[in-house]
Amino acid sequence: MNLLDTLLRCVATLVVFLTFPLVIGQTEHKVMAHMQGRLGPMYAGGFHGWAQLVADGVKFAQKEDIVPAGADRRIFQLAPAVSLLPYLFVLLAIPVGPNGFVGQAVDAGLFFVLAVLGVGVIGKLMAGWASANKFSLLGGLRTAAQLMSYELPMVLAAASVAMAAGTLSLPGILDAWQWYWLPWQIIGAFIFFTAGLAELQRPPFDMPIADSEIIFGAYTEYTGLRFALFLLSEYVGILVVSALTAVLFLGGWHGPMSDQLGWLWMLLKTFALAFVVIWLRVTYPRLREDQLMRFAWTVLIPLALVQLALTGIIKVAIS
Amino acid sequence: MNVAATLLAATGSLEPAARSFLSPTGQEIVFLLVGIAVLGSAVVAVTTKQLVHAALWLVVALGGLAVEFLLLTAEFIAWVQVLIYLGSVVVLVLFGLMLTKAPIGRSPDADSKNRWVALAVALASAGTLVTLVVDAFRTSWIDLGAGGGSASVTGASLFRNWVLPFEALSVLLLAALVGAIVLSRGSKRRVPAPRAGRLRAGRPVGSNGTVAATAPRPAPEAPAATTPEQEG
Repeated sequence: MNLLDTLLRCVATLVVFLTFPLVIGQTEHKVMAHMQGRLGPMYAGGFHGWAQLVADGVKFAQKEDIVPAGADRRIFQLAPAVSLLPYLFVLLAIPVGPNGFVGQAVDAGLFFVLAVLGVGVIGKLMAGWASANKFSLLGGLRTAAQLMSYELPMVLAAASVAMAAGTLSLPGILDAWQWYWLPWQIIGAFIFFTAGLAELQRPPFDMPIADSEIIFGAYTEYTGLRFALFLLSEYVGILVVSALTAVLFLGGWHGPMSDQLGWLWMLLKTFALAFVVIWLRVTYPRLREDQLMRFAWTVLIPLALVQLALTGIIKVAIS
Repeated sequence: MNVAATLLAATGSLEPAARSFLSPTGQEIVFLLVGIAVLGSAVVAVTTKQLVHAALWLVVALGGLAVEFLLLTAEFIAWVQVLIYLGSVVVLVLFGLMLTKAPIGRSPDADSKNRWVALAVALASAGTLVTLVVDAFRTSWIDLGAGGGSASVTGASLFRNWVLPFEALSVLLLAALVGAIVLSRGSKRRVPAPRAGRLRAGRPVGSNGTVAATAPRPAPEAPAATTPEQEG
């Protein structure tokens, strides 16, 4: 792999990182609006408000970047980057198509992805603490508690797929994928996707940013571009969790004519899952904090252990 | 030095000390620089007077260690380091700090009186480790090949050569887990479950470390990670 090739892959990942979240955000605007009997953005850009998020970006860039007087200045300013960058690294390891259509094939790719995703929490904790605001601190604490609880079922569900495939490499998992993994790993898919939603703090798991209780959680004091970076990290998160669920549980690029159209299948599956994420936001009310914890520890983790046992039994039986 | 010999045989080929330390490769230079950064951030972590900053410097130090593992081609260990230490341990430390006391700015009472003892212990243990490693490896040279620390190599080495220590450690961790549950449950006294249909005047939630009086039933054996929730 020469330098030019590496550079090209990095640039392509960066482009995906900067554009796809906007597509998901715009879809959310429109889908949510139509599900609620509204039209959503209609003016920006002319055709059905397609440029709404561009306009939003320009607006954010023009706003004053305020750091509260009592805040811990450097940490406050650093937090959005710490929260956003892990997603960029994760995108680098997600396979899009067969035959090496991936930013960088990492040997322990599954492990890498889960490990780096966990680092984003630190950014949210930093934001919550450094804002010198009680609502922010509460939001940061809720974020940390939620992410610690949902990390375990997520890792267990991913471990089940790794066991089935016999490898930790994401392209390797897809190479080993068979159609019957779909029913075999269905519990794991549910757990992984749900825990992913909770890690992203998407409704119905948006306790840490519950606007009716704690304003906007850890992001309360942020304005301008730094606030936009937090929002961007949420939408990149949707992309990453959807893509990972597609790779691990829905077969990624597998589909008819996967040699030529593999990337298309992968994109279709990813965006279908992103649509489900938006759909769930419109459908379910917010869980209470204790319900959230009980769901993780008494439902998801036992289910994940059941899936792990099931995977082990079937794996031994068919080998 | 039998152990070291086994370790060397398991990790890579051995060559006699025919190389010079005076013409380092780029990888070695990066390794040294990252090492200096790790050392610096670790020192700042223990000397800074700002509690949360100390935890964040710890993030830098542990992340730097993960980079060092990567440079030594121990890829799997590097990601374990990131997942366990950055993603869980430091987050728990930060969480605990924020739950108890985490003022912005300096905490004048952050210095412990034991710090000279701690320094002595740290220097002694560092000295022991450095002496041990230097004595064990001397001038032997391990050639690092790509994939030398991949998941399959690590797994094979762990479960072929090091099963007994691995299992012993897992028993130790299980004991720690059980101990944490026992400690977090507190005293034997149980608050009876509330009767349905009547408002029950109980003690304040979370007092005495027992199960909250308003909880519908005693919490099942929740692992240690949930306990900050009950305190909060």
